Amino acid sequence: MSGTVSGARAGAVLAALGILAVFPLVFSNPTTTTIGLFVVIFMVAATAWNAFAGLSGYIALGHAVFFGSGAYTLAIVAEKLHMTGGWSVFELVPLAGVVAGLIAIPFGLVALRTRRHTFVVITIAIFFIFQLLAFNLTITHGSSGLQTPTPLWTAVGYNQRFYYVAAAILVLTVAMAWAIRRSRFGLQLLAIRDDEDRARGLGVRTGRVKLIAFAASAVPTGMVGAVYAYFLGQIFPQFAFDPLFDITIALMAFFGGLGTLTGPLLGALVLEALQQEFTLHFSVGGLYLIVYGALFLVVILLLPQGVVPTLASLLPRTRARLTQRAGAEA
Amino acid sequence: MGPQYAKAVVDGVLTGGVYALMAAGLTLIFGVMDIINIAQGIMVILGAYLSYVLSVHLGLDLFATLVLTVPALFVVGVTVEWVFMRRLADRERTAMSILVTYAVAIIIEGILTQVFGVSFIQLHASYVNSSVHVLGFYLPYIYLYGFALAIVLLGGLYAILYLTRFGQSLRAALQDRRAAELIGIDVERVRTITFGIGIAVTAAGGMVFGATNSFNPNSGYDLISRLLTIVILGGLGSIGGALLAALFMLVLEDVVAVAWSPVWSTLVFFAALVIVLTFRPQGLFGRAAARAQ
Repeated sequence: MSGTVSGARAGAVLAALGILAVFPLVFSNPTTTTIGLFVVIFMVAATAWNAFAGLSGYIALGHAVFFGSGAYTLAIVAEKLHMTGGWSVFELVPLAGVVAGLIAIPFGLVALRTRRHTFVVITIAIFFIFQLLAFNLTITHGSSGLQTPTPLWTAVGYNQRFYYVAAAILVLTVAMAWAIRRSRFGLQLLAIRDDEDRARGLGVRTGRVKLIAFAASAVPTGMVGAVYAYFLGQIFPQFAFDPLFDITIALMAFFGGLGTLTGPLLGALVLEALQQEFTLHFSVGGLYLIVYGALFLVVILLLPQGVVPTLASLLPRTRARLTQRAGAEA
Repeated sequence: MGPQYAKAVVDGVLTGGVYALMAAGLTLIFGVMDIINIAQGIMVILGAYLSYVLSVHLGLDLFATLVLTVPALFVVGVTVEWVFMRRLADRERTAMSILVTYAVAIIIEGILTQVFGVSFIQLHASYVNSSVHVLGFYLPYIYLYGFALAIVLLGGLYAILYLTRFGQSLRAALQDRRAAELIGIDVERVRTITFGIGIAVTAAGGMVFGATNSFNPNSGYDLISRLLTIVILGGLGSIGGALLAALFMLVLEDVVAVAWSPVWSTLVFFAALVIVLTFRPQGLFGRAAARAQ
């Protein structure tokens, strides 16, 4: 029985990878591939966020710091090195991840000293510090923003290049989240979520565990921030460091199911596709905000567990009921 | 100490009074309900827009608009509490409340964007545009009137808290929810009214904010981050702490703006929070573990 289950799971993983790989080839319309790219970017960010916040219970609302730092790393380095558009610019993506991870260390050292709501508020405050820095430093060119190199690729396959880079980051990020979840380290994070003082009493080095998880979740976020900046061709402080980004990735994880592996993927798929559709069809942003906020309320108040765990808890129950009924009829 | 420093300090104290009023609502809501209301910032902006509509279309004086906007926001607050806040589970209540009120803020921002667009506006009246000459500099009258309004309303808030039966119930609920229930206080009702009052004060804050700053539906983010900084520094749940922290932060911001540059003064605002929390996680004026969290 367990053999069939793990076989089915392996099949599902292969199918998901297959869909991820062929999607931009089947739906090669540039509008669709753009949506696909943004969905993948947000899948990475939500998965990375969830690997820290979902397991440790620390609701961080400052991950836009890492996204924006990654975006600016690519833009600034490409400008300083006078890089021209092409594959070489993608070589800066890992660097952007490293920078985001390094920023996460002092950020985490300060913020992780506090707990619960104070932690949430301090992540918001640190986020605003970074947004203000991006607005006011000379290296970021303030509110006039920065240009990233324009690749001289033909329109055919243009989006696909960005998509596959983001998809590769996604595969690595999901693998990382899976590895964390399965490891002793992941159990330590769960222990911190359930009762941090007791976890410490039992010998978990809570400070170090939290900091490592925080930095680990920053790295992929910074990498996709860099891909985002390169794809858009220019970045501005208010889009690289966007308070809505902070809340969006949290919502995606909550929507799918906090602490689950597939939850953030599902959340990003549904919510980011929805957002892109809205931006395409409605010029004024107000309506989108209303729908978005309402959806958020419905998820948190009616499905606090998220979609995936709710379905999962329904499934065995349904199965059990079916078996019972079959037994009664027999 | 040139006159520009005197002006910075006076400006800081006067605007600090208004921030103290808005922050008092936020910290009161936390103290009684364990809820951090992220929507407080957008509620201020909503109050400013309501005053704008009433003053432009009905020709009401800005201060007269408060007769309508304060009760209106009280009703908004009670409705939000009744529809959403009651449903929050006890586990991780505060963290979940941040997400729920964030969603409420996004919806209100969306509605304001649909109705008013994103261009910046400011409230106008004779006392907004004319100034008084004090200590060698000019100060628009609205700063003085706004400060006076904040003092009166804060005094009213204290009177409600310490002189009325409801205030007694509220303070009991603030100290110990279960004990308050045991002696027969309807804590649910206290919470709903507290949320209403906490939101209602933003109507007054919003009117003064809208007369002293230009704003658009996006301005709520900047406000809430400042208000959160103030209430955390003051120690969550402590009204006195919020008052001191508001005055301290706004004077600091204005002085830095003069001494260094206005560009960096906002940064100092948030940096102060980070520095203080690094050394005193309970805030500047907060008692350690005022509530067992």
